[in-house]
This record gives sequence, C-alpha cells and structure tokens, in this order.
Amino acid sequence: MRPDLNIISEWIRAGSRVLDLGCGDGALLAHLRDDQQVNGYGLEIDADNILKCIQAGINVIHTDLEAGLSDFDDDTFDYVIMTQTLQAVQHTERLLDEMLRVGREGIVTFPNFAYWKCRVQLALGGLMPVVKTLPHTWYDTPNVHLFTIRDFEALCRHKRIHVLQRIVVDYAHRSSLGLRVLPNLLGELALYRLGRA
Amino acid sequence: MPDRFPPDSVGLVTPRTLHFDQPLGLDCGRTLTTYELIYETYGTLNAARSNAVLICHALSGDHHAAGYHAGEQPKPGWWESAIGPGKPIDTRHFFVVCCNNLGSCRGSTGPTSPNPDTGKPYGPDFPIITVRDWVRSQARLADSLGITTWAAVIGGSLGGMQALQWAIDFPDRLGHAVAIAAAPKLSAQNIAFNEVARQAILSDPDFHEGHYYEHGIVPHRGLMLARMLGHITYLSDEGMRTKFGRELREGKLNFNFDSEFQVESYLRHQGHAFVERFDANTYLLMTKALDYFDPAADFNHDLAAAFQRAQARFLVISFTSDWRFSPARSREIVKALIAARCEVSYVEIKSEYGHDTFLMPIPRYIEMFKAYLERVAREITPDAT
Repeated sequence: MRPDLNIISEWIRAGSRVLDLGCGDGALLAHLRDDQQVNGYGLEIDADNILKCIQAGINVIHTDLEAGLSDFDDDTFDYVIMTQTLQAVQHTERLLDEMLRVGREGIVTFPNFAYWKCRVQLALGGLMPVVKTLPHTWYDTPNVHLFTIRDFEALCRHKRIHVLQRIVVDYAHRSSLGLRVLPNLLGELALYRLGRA
Repeated sequence: MPDRFPPDSVGLVTPRTLHFDQPLGLDCGRTLTTYELIYETYGTLNAARSNAVLICHALSGDHHAAGYHAGEQPKPGWWESAIGPGKPIDTRHFFVVCCNNLGSCRGSTGPTSPNPDTGKPYGPDFPIITVRDWVRSQARLADSLGITTWAAVIGGSLGGMQALQWAIDFPDRLGHAVAIAAAPKLSAQNIAFNEVARQAILSDPDFHEGHYYEHGIVPHRGLMLARMLGHITYLSDEGMRTKFGRELREGKLNFNFDSEFQVESYLRHQGHAFVERFDANTYLLMTKALDYFDPAADFNHDLAAAFQRAQARFLVISFTSDWRFSPARSREIVKALIAARCEVSYVEIKSEYGHDTFLMPIPRYIEMFKAYLERVAREITPDAT
C-alpha cells in the first residue's frame, strides 16, 4: 500500500464509517476493512478501478465527484477521505464543503506545489515543474488546480475549517526536522485531518 | 433443437412444476388456497445447500431463463447471456433456480388457470398480485427445494425489484441481492405508460371484461398495442435511431397508413409475436404489480428505513440510456442503502440500448456482473476461482 495511505489509516478509529473520494482500486478501504473493521464506501469514476474494487469485495459507488455528494445525507460518515485528488477537481471549494457536510472529519492529501524543486524549475528554468509527486506535463495532466501548503491553510482559515492534524512528508513519505521547520519549502506531500468550524 | 448446444450454455433443460396446498395469503386480502409454480434449475445444489441462486423475471418473462427446451426452435432462455458455465451466473458454481411468477400465463397459476371454485379459468377474477406476494411464494418454493438461504437473489427491472423486496422481507434468507435496471418505485410517468397499456387492453371489444377465454377469442389489438407501447420504453431514442433511423420499407413514401417506416413494422411484429405467447389478463396483473411496488410505503415512505432490516450485500447496476428506470432511479436505491448502512456497490454502464440492456451481453456489464458473482462464489466455496 502507498505509504501515505498508511499514515491515513493511523488517523482513523477502528470501527468507524468512511467515504473515500476517488478510491482507485480500493487499496485503502480494503486495508481499513481488514485491519480496522471500518465500514467504508469508495467513490470512483474509472471503470477499470471500479472493476478492481468489485473483485476485491470493496463497496464502490460509480460517481462523478464533480457532480457533488448530493446522494449522501449530512453526517453519514465519520471520515471523508480524498487522497491526491483535490488538485484534480474543478470545484475544489464546493467539494471541501461537501466533505465536511457528509463527514464529521475530512482527510485530504495533496502534492505541494511550493516544494523547492518546483520553485527552482519554475523560477530558474521558466518551465512548469515536473516532479515525482507531480509527474505530468502541463499539456497532459489530470490536475486543474495546483496549490501549496500555505494556499491550502489560507483557504482553511478563510472557510473556518479546523486543521486537526497535519503531516508533511517527502516523496518517500518520511518526515524530518527540516520538513517540520520548512514544510512549504521541503514538503512534497501534505496530509491533513480537518474538522468543521 | 440444435444437435449440439454452445459450450457456454446449460444445454437441454426441462421445467418442473410444484403443487402447493398450503394457502397463500395475498396483500390484496384474498387467499390462494392452492397453486402451482413452474420452475427450472441449472447447475448442482451442493451438499451444504449454500450455492443456490434465485433468478427473478421481469414483466413478460418466465421460468425459462437459460438453456434450450426439447423440440423447440433453437431459441434459448431469456437470460442466456448471463447464465451458464463461465458466464456471470456461473452454473459450475451455482445452483440456479428460476420460477414463473404467480399471475403469469407461462405455467404457474394465473388467470388462464382453472379456478378450483368454478372449474373455469380465473380470468379477471384472479387476485391482483404484488411483488411481496411473489417473494412470499418464492420463499415457499425455496422451502420445498430445501434451500434455507440463497447465495444471491438476482433480477433485472421488475426482477430487480423482487431482489430488493427479498432483502427486506427475508433478511436472513439471502447473502446478496443484485438489482439491475430497477427502481425503488414507479414514477408517475412509469404508471402513466402502464395505464395506457392497460387501457389499450381494457378497451378492446374482444376483451369482454376479461372473460375472453369463454368467447374463444383474445383481445389481440389491445395486447398488441400494450406491447408496442411497452417496447418503446424498453429501447432508447439513440438505440432506435441506430437500429431503424427513418428507413422506409419500400424506399418511398406511399401516403397511406400502412407500415411504412422500418420502426413501424418492427413494433407491429413485436406486438403480433407477443400476442402469440402472452395473455392479456396477465399483462394487466404484471403492470399492476409494477405500479404497486413501493417497499418504502410500509416504512413511512422512508426507503432507508425499509432497508434498515436488510442483511444482504447489494449490487446495483444501471444503464446510461435507460429512461424507463434511469440511473437516477438506481441511485435512489443506492442512497437509501448507504443511509441504512448496507453494503452496496453501484455501477452505471454506458449503453445505447436502453432498458433492455440488462438482457444483453455488453462486455463492461458482463465483466462487472461476473466479478461480483465470482466473489459470491468465493464466499461459498473458498477454493473456487
């Protein structure tokens, strides 16, 4: 399993209800189900991924996230998770609102666009950065909103979203003293646990 | 009958009939004191009796879901695309049961059967049957076959509604419910189409208020119109355009009311063929069963409350071009299942064939369906692939 998913699973209480937005092949939900008795559902739009979820016995709901989460009532889930997907959706702000409407807490991970290698490539090379966490060329990418740790926290402040927990890691998903001191410069991937205002 | 059946077919099958003497109380308040159910089975029931799967048929379907009957035209059962060795409902793993529903004209007790009180066919006196009544009668059939728990109850359209009703009415008697191209209840538009179909039959002078058997006649025109109307709702605009377009049978306009466009001749053919094999009183009953289906009604119109008691795990499938029971209707089911904390997966399959897609071997659909049931099979026999 991806190391960032390991970190997330440590944040989730055993026996809770989870919604995973863009659940891919269902690896996180399978892990949470098998090891933490989590009752989870994944939302996915890609048919190959949906098939993998069904094969793995994961509850998967064919959904276009851009259409919002109107099929879910308020407070249906303990956690709504979105791993490395927020930068790829059109209506970022609305989706954040929706996450914290249907879930009591939100868990979000995203690639940090202010990572120093991105800054160097843009500032000195004059090119859109291509790094391990952002491996796509500008003309062929699922990402529509690239943002930084500072950007995200400013949005949270603006929307009065509580940051309950934050871990900033490098590509190998390790933390370090440097990352803790200069997260927006050295961090490649940011993980947040969010609560409502 | 073909000399050899395709290798992925269950081959030659023979229906069986079970007679029931234990009276069956119906939702309408009446009781069927005695009745028969005709059914077919494919595959082998295992020693633990844990691999049985129930197939529920739709409006005009019957017990002949797969394989071939002796001495007939080489036309297989209605769900041959999904049932057989290596197919989604894999008869190497499952013991598949499909019965004809009460009120039908295809072998189980219905309007064409003799009323024990009069010795004459029930005709219009046959009680209005509901989806719940069917499920109750199917449970009796399961008892008779020694099946306590179905590994899965599976159906498309009206059949999918039966699968949902099973999960609500007999929560501990099924492991999985698969509802394909279904809806949690009919919309006003759905009921409106049914009503026009019924009026076509009821207003046919040959209908004789349902007693046409005694007149040695069938309300051909009414039943044909009902089927033609129904058939339009089974296809999509896109599908009809692809299949027929505005093709003219003779290549030119004749300025009369004969069947000129290909789509007209197709619908007329479908209507005629249907009258040959179906009964008008049964058509009325089946459309009523659809109209009345509303499992939430018993739970203060809260579908999630209805599913609260369900223990089955669910697979819900819809088709993009199905406007009879659109993907939005399937999503209503999924939404309620999630609110009720039921396990559910939902897939929306791209297809231009409309409601009828559930009968077709669309690769994506078959692949998802098969993947789900392989998991069901794995739960039964851990060594199965």
